[in-house]
Amino acid sequence: MIPSFWRKIKYRYDLIGTHCKKCGRYYYPPRNLCPRCRRKGEIEEVKLPEKGKVLSYTVVYERCPVVIALIELENGTKILSQLSCKPEEVKDGMEVVRVFRKYGETSDDGIIYYGTKFVPCY
Amino acid sequence: MRVAIIGSGCSRFGELWEKGFREIYLEAGLKAIEDAGIEGKEINALYVGNMSAGMFLGQEHVAALIADYAGLAELNIPAVRVEAADASGAVAFREAYLAIKSGLFDVVVAAGVEKVTDVSDQSKIVSSAADQEWECFFGANLASLYALIAKIHMKKFGGGEEDLALIAVKNHKNAVNNPIAHYRREISVEDVLSSPYVAEPLKVLDSAPISDGAAALVLASEEFARRVCDDPVFVEACCQASDYLALQSREDLTSMKAVVKASRKAYKRAGIDSKDVDVAELHDVFTIAEIIQYEDLGFCKKGEGYKLIREGITCLNGDIPVNTSGGLKACGHAAGASGIRQIAEIVDQLRGKAGKRQVDAEIGLSLSVGGTGATAVVTVLRR
Amino acid sequence: MIGICSYGTYVPIYRIKIDEIARVWGEDCDAIKNGLGIYEKSVPDEDEDATTIAVEAAREAVSRVKIDPKEIGAIFVGSESHPYAVKPTSTIVGEALGVGNNYFTADLEFACKAGTAAMQICYAMVKAEMIKFGLAIGTDTAQAKPGDALEYSAAAGGAAFLIGKDPIAEIEATYSYTSDTPDFWRRELQPYPSHGGRFTGEPAYFRHIVNAAKGLMEKFGYSSKDFKYAVFHQPNAKFPLKVAKMLGFGGEQTSQSLLVSVIGNTYSASSLIGLCAVLDVAEPDERILLVSFGSGAGSDAFSIRVTDRIIDFPREPKVWDKVSKKIYIDYALYLKHRGKIRI
Repeated sequence: MIPSFWRKIKYRYDLIGTHCKKCGRYYYPPRNLCPRCRRKGEIEEVKLPEKGKVLSYTVVYERCPVVIALIELENGTKILSQLSCKPEEVKDGMEVVRVFRKYGETSDDGIIYYGTKFVPCY
Repeated sequence: MRVAIIGSGCSRFGELWEKGFREIYLEAGLKAIEDAGIEGKEINALYVGNMSAGMFLGQEHVAALIADYAGLAELNIPAVRVEAADASGAVAFREAYLAIKSGLFDVVVAAGVEKVTDVSDQSKIVSSAADQEWECFFGANLASLYALIAKIHMKKFGGGEEDLALIAVKNHKNAVNNPIAHYRREISVEDVLSSPYVAEPLKVLDSAPISDGAAALVLASEEFARRVCDDPVFVEACCQASDYLALQSREDLTSMKAVVKASRKAYKRAGIDSKDVDVAELHDVFTIAEIIQYEDLGFCKKGEGYKLIREGITCLNGDIPVNTSGGLKACGHAAGASGIRQIAEIVDQLRGKAGKRQVDAEIGLSLSVGGTGATAVVTVLRR
Repeated sequence: MIGICSYGTYVPIYRIKIDEIARVWGEDCDAIKNGLGIYEKSVPDEDEDATTIAVEAAREAVSRVKIDPKEIGAIFVGSESHPYAVKPTSTIVGEALGVGNNYFTADLEFACKAGTAAMQICYAMVKAEMIKFGLAIGTDTAQAKPGDALEYSAAAGGAAFLIGKDPIAEIEATYSYTSDTPDFWRRELQPYPSHGGRFTGEPAYFRHIVNAAKGLMEKFGYSSKDFKYAVFHQPNAKFPLKVAKMLGFGGEQTSQSLLVSVIGNTYSASSLIGLCAVLDVAEPDERILLVSFGSGAGSDAFSIRVTDRIIDFPREPKVWDKVSKKIYIDYALYLKHRGKIRI
């Protein structure tokens, strides 16, 4: 797990996605190949907008309620992420902004997984 | 050349504490061989659908293991394990179908098996069908992904949690008469609505159980089938399609594009229309999936899936009975076995062997989906 | 001219009231509020720690100036609650900000003054022309043993300063006073700090702050009247007011920076968030005295003069406005947020 987490740190800590110069589409998670243009496409890394709106959300009831949301960023990129707030604060269409948060840890003596989450624009 | 199914067999689905991986598939396999009335030495090859023996049991190389404990080791036939999450069985069936269609083999066995109750934390393994790095890392599991889909669908087309409950109620009712079913008891709409949320708006009783189970089918060339079998069922089409693995990559979440594509190809190949389908087994891993699949298969217009269940059209005595077996919801969902088990139900229906679940059918359809829809297999059968 | 080119703060949105903590331990809440001058304190969410707070504060600081993060040549993060005992917080901050791979960095620890120590290091490195910009951060999610007096004040927050040339506030002078005074400590493998009770006052907090402030003023020729604002470390609301009085400062000089009453003691960030609140309103040529205090013990004093560049500097949202947005939680949820419920 550590190497696979480490390899994607850049994209997890910050909203770095990819953009196909050929068709203009944005991708998060980043892709090495544009699925529309394939080998004719031209992929570059870009910083994605920090704000977006909630397209759909759900609350997963495991140990603690966790809010999972599908978010549309200001440039239209769709991303799946976690909302760091109480379930009762969430509404469809709500404006959200990215934050830097902890996702978990392998164990008490393991590494800590940090990454991007979203919170309501208070 | 047509491909026929000449034998089918299923183990019981559920929590099979007394039986291990090897016992379960042997039970299904022997039933299928006996049903086909063939001998082991007539089998040319074996295709097995299995989602995750590696994680559930720590056992890989399961195709050879199955061939071995099915008594086929001395025959040294090829055994192939196929994985496509919970569409594994259906994809294995398609590989078996193609093998005969190619003219290379006369008789092959397509089987599916999953043994899940030897471990306690199954939900993480089941969720490995989703994107581990970009869905599950964020805390999403399979239920939550279907919940996101359900919310978008309900918002756009106006269905409610009661409509979802009706799917579970119908499927449980059908399972009462299915001797292999995981849950052979009826439930009410109130039971569903009062069960706790797994991922809003999906509740415990909107979700298929994670079951042990195995199923097997014997496929043969038409020529062979005519020789040994009085009531072969013909595979008119078996088409597969793929889509983006993760939800965020898909344009429209109210529809499963792979289901639309696979079914249209299958209808064309079989020379039928969606209206010609008399009975269907769909992939109701969560209740919302069955409603979306009504629409994607063309049983109704987009957005009108709720009507089909409200008006009873998909009930046992409706125009298109769906999930007469009880579906994944009540017959049970043994990931790698379900795709084969669904086809076995259609085979039973077309051969008139479905007992109290029997409906009048000439053409049947089975749809199996992997994960949230990145794999779809549509099989059209005719008696 | 070297000084602060930008600043950013972050205080978690959750608060617990002193009344709620006192209720659980059966203590007299009015006596505690009067004694400490603290009414509520910030509480981090379950997914927040000193690192996430540092990143949020640093992102605000960097976003307020149009610089390429790769121009940041050093990052020093001061905290007494670094999430790892071994493995730096600062590399996580560096990666999250996208500063690249060529920067000087290390984590610092000096109780509540590690953040000002980070500022001194960055200042020196800019002055030595080793770096163009340095990022100095003070961040903490302060731990307190349930039921201990510290529980009423130990809070969470962070502040980040971009140190470089052409600043919005020039660091005119800095001076430190340090001694070996064990007033507050935490031993290896211990979850909570221990303290010397009243020993933390006179021989620790007051002695070090007074000597650092006096030393700075004597060495560089200032008097209390030269400063429009004075910012002191805020373990509670009483100590900074008392030390201000001892040094000849009045309430009008200290009130803008006194956030402790509403957010609690944010440890390494305490005096720094106070400084940010002052920078939010300060005008060109106004002078600010900043004196931190870290147990163990030491104080770093700074004379900071606001420059004309502050006029065009984006200062919204202001610290006082940010901390006014809050969500109250009860003691049970507080325990859950702080990871004190073992599962």
